Order: sequence, then C-alpha cells, then structure tokens
Amino acid sequence: MAIVQGERVNFSYDEEGPRVLHDVSFTIDRGKWIAIVGHNGSGKSTLAKLMIGLYLPTEGSLKMFGEDYTEQNVWNIRERIGVVFQNPDNQFVGTTVQDDVAFSLENRGVPYEEMRERVMEVLRQVSMEQFLDAEPHHLSGGQKQRVAIAGAIALHPELLILDEATSMLDPQGREDVMRTVTELKETTDVTVISITHDLEEVLLADEVLVMNEGKLLFQTTPEEMFRHGKKLEEIGLDLPFTLRLANLLEREEINVAHELTEEKLVEQLWTLYFNK
Amino acid sequence: MDIVFQQVGYRYAADTPFETKALEDVNIHIQSGSFTALVGHTGSGKSTILLHMNGLLKPTTGSVLIGDTKVERHTKGKVLRELRSKVGIVFQFPEHQLFEETVEKDIMFGPMNFGMDEERARQKAHELVALLGLPEDVLQKSPFDLSGGQMRRVAIAGVLAFEPEVLILDEPTAGLDPRGQKEIMNLFLRLHKEQNLTTILVTHSMEDAARYADDIVVMNAGTTVAQASPEEVFSTNIALDNGLELPQAYQFQRQLEEKLGRSLGEVCLTEEQFVRAYSRLLKEGISHA
Repeated sequence: MAIVQGERVNFSYDEEGPRVLHDVSFTIDRGKWIAIVGHNGSGKSTLAKLMIGLYLPTEGSLKMFGEDYTEQNVWNIRERIGVVFQNPDNQFVGTTVQDDVAFSLENRGVPYEEMRERVMEVLRQVSMEQFLDAEPHHLSGGQKQRVAIAGAIALHPELLILDEATSMLDPQGREDVMRTVTELKETTDVTVISITHDLEEVLLADEVLVMNEGKLLFQTTPEEMFRHGKKLEEIGLDLPFTLRLANLLEREEINVAHELTEEKLVEQLWTLYFNK
Repeated sequence: MDIVFQQVGYRYAADTPFETKALEDVNIHIQSGSFTALVGHTGSGKSTILLHMNGLLKPTTGSVLIGDTKVERHTKGKVLRELRSKVGIVFQFPEHQLFEETVEKDIMFGPMNFGMDEERARQKAHELVALLGLPEDVLQKSPFDLSGGQMRRVAIAGVLAFEPEVLILDEPTAGLDPRGQKEIMNLFLRLHKEQNLTTILVTHSMEDAARYADDIVVMNAGTTVAQASPEEVFSTNIALDNGLELPQAYQFQRQLEEKLGRSLGEVCLTEEQFVRAYSRLLKEGISHA
C-alpha cells in the first residue's frame, strides 16, 4: 500500500514567487526505505514540508496514507509521522534524555506506567538506555540525534522522515545513527524517508528519488541511479569513489566497466596491466 | 606568521573543583604561508587548540607564539585584541553568527570593529561579495532571507573583511551539499594562494586533509601525536594508530598493489594522483616491474 503518493505536485512559497516543485509524481510503498537526493535548492526539503503538512500543494495532490491534507485531518496524519531534523541542538525540549523522549507521549496522554515502559523501549532501540538522566547538552551530536530518533519513534509512527539528520555529525556519529536506523528497519515495518547528501546513506535505501530544480529526475534503486553517473555529476551530486575513478581513467583513455565495488575495479585494473 | 605551540597545557576551570585537563604537552610549528590540517577524533582537543591561536584561550602552561606575539598564562588582554585582527576564525556553522539587518552591514561589522573606516569597509564588502560568487543584490538583503549556502558565504566574507593574515577554518563545509563543499574548499585554496595566507583547516575529512594540506597535525587525547606531510601521515602507521581513516584513493591503491604484487612507486592521496600513477605504470609496461 502507498504511504505517500504524489500526483503532479506543484508548489510555490508565494503566489508570485518561483515554482519550487514542478509536476512531481511518485509513490512510496509501506515498509520501504527511500532516500531523496538533490543539490541545495532542488526542492527535496520542500517536498518533506509538504509531507508533514506544513504547506499544501499549489496544484496537484499529495496523499499521505491515502488522504490529502485538510484542516480536519492534519493532526491525525501527523500522529502517524515522526521527523528528525538536521540540527541536533534545536530539537530538545526536555532537561534529561528520558524527559525529552517522554514529552511527546505525555502530550498524547499516554498513562504513566506505559510511558515509562515505552521510553525505556525506544531508548534501548537506539542504544541510549545508559543515558536516561543525562542532560542533552552533555551528549555528542550523534547521541543527540539518536535521542531525537527515540522521541520520534516513541509514538510508533508508520513513517519516519530524516531531514538531513546526519549532515551535522562527525563520521562516528553518522555511523551510529545509520546503524540505529538499519536496526529499526530490521525489527519494525516503519517506512523511512531520508533526505540526504551522503552516498553511504543512499546505498542503504531500497529506492532513491533524485530531485533537480524542482523536478523529479528519476525514482530508482541506488545501483541503477549510479549508472546515470554523468547526469548526476551535471546536477551537482557526488558519485561513489569507483565511478569517479572510472571517469578519470576514461579521460586517460583507460576504459573500464563502471563497477560499483572496489574489488571488481581492482580486478579490471589488474587484468589491463597483465594484458599489456 | 609562524605559529608555534611550546609544551602547551590547558585546563578548563583551572584551580577549581571542576578542573578538567584538555591539552597536555602540545607542540606544533606552523610555517607562515603553509596550509595545515588539524585532525583527530571528536574530543581530541582540536577546538581547544584553535581557541589558543587567536587568544580566545590562554595556555595554562607553556606558550603560544603567533608571529611576534607571545601568549602565556598571564598575557594581558590588550595584546590579544591586536592578535585577533590578524587571525580570523571561521567557526563551525558560522551562519549562526549572522546578526545584522543587511548583508552589507554584517560584513562591515568586523573590519569597523577593528578600526577600518566606513567607506573602506563598504568597499571591502562589495569586493568580497563578488569574490565569493554571490550576486551583488544580496548586499541590501537581510542575511536571514538567503539560502544556507549563501549565508555560509556571507559569514566567511565577514571574517575575510578584516584582512587576517592567518585564516582558521573549523569544519567549513559541514552541512553543505557536495557541490557546495567543493566550491568552498576551492575558494579557500585560491584565497590561500592569492592572498598569501597561513591557513589552518580543522577537519574530519581525511580526503580534504590529503587534498589541500601541505602539513597535517594529528591530535589524540589532548596531545599532538604527529606533525608531518600527508604522505607520511597516511603511508606510515600514524593515521591508523590514531583511528584515522585513509583517503579512499590510497586505500584503493593498496588493494591494487597487493593484487599486482608491486608498488605504484608513489603514495597516491587523491584520485587524480592515482590515475596518473596507474597510467604511467601501463605505459612503462611490465618489463620494468
């Protein structure tokens, strides 16, 4: 079943302003992990804002769980979505880790005993159960983002949106957050949408939506996406190491197949050398 | 300006019950005009070092020499103020520090604060906007109406505006998209060369350290464990012993060398370097193996 379905979504922030989304059509199925990529200003974050109902499409329709947003259903739809934003320092409301995670539960009137259980459960899921009483500002960036994920999943959302959630973290923090999401995907059927620039993150996803200048360029698997190497470079996206290398080798008139794994590329360069 | 750390130690909240040791026995010599990368894990002391370079912190023990200025535990504030006009720091996420009504005023704030006259500061703002590849009409806009990448550039312009001799960059590309990252790094490299700056880059990216730096200072647990060329840091045990990754090109080179059973004859730290070395190997042919 489709969790998100966009049909010719068009959007501009104000009436006379430029159109930031042009005829964007796509479907995101339940249980999938989807990456949305594109350079700054390509419309990917705007798309996320429409998904959480901060704005409505200017034209076209964006159905969440089968419904377009209306004033009546906006709160019901949002209850089914968890969001983690880019800046780990801007998302804390509680004075301790457990208070912070409990905040959203308390808001929804979850009974005290159940709340305690759920807080422990989600903090265990993100491996932060050792930090129940830690003050958020004493945590590292990666730890903060994992607490933010715990807060987002405490309400058992069907959809988790990560809006560049790792881009402000150091390599260790990035890895920890991604491992957390991978484990979450293995143990629950939550649908994940990650908006990202990070190639490692893209490779973890089942499918990728590539945005460019407000248009959806393609929706495909990560492996398939990287076959469009030249096109991706043109629109300012990074290529995996092996493809960058293959392109540079081509410039020296050394032709190799565009393999994604380093082992295969090593193999090819070895063969070329001994067939000389 | 040379920057020399001699046996620098630093304790936060020294002589109080909250005293915490942040640096110990730090020795660094940064040559005037060099491009130096400062690397190490989060918590290894990189930021504390950086704050010593323009007198925001004074060493608890030892001394820091910046050009002709010596900073020790009891150095007076007046000396430090002068230092700050010569050493510009672009902090992490510098766009969080924008505050003025217009981009022009924001860029002019630093130089005027250090005594530059208004006309010259305005002229400087106009030059820098062009240099950083921003459209001229941003000058009269509020910095808060710009995109993230543009705000970053305006904040950098604000530091360049007072014409520092030393430019310190703390993770300057964090949070930018790949194209933005490349553009900003190439811009710093250009400025470094054209304006004869001494540049210090604090980074988690070994790719950037390998590509841009002449010299790498490696930090671990509050002390300097090495200062050496990128080739040396990555081809010896220095990087691995301190938990640093190797640049992708060099990792790949090592895989290929193992398979070929021979060396490429040089340490390749970037993809371009690797492709040159491999292409030379093909031309030389197998006979020279």
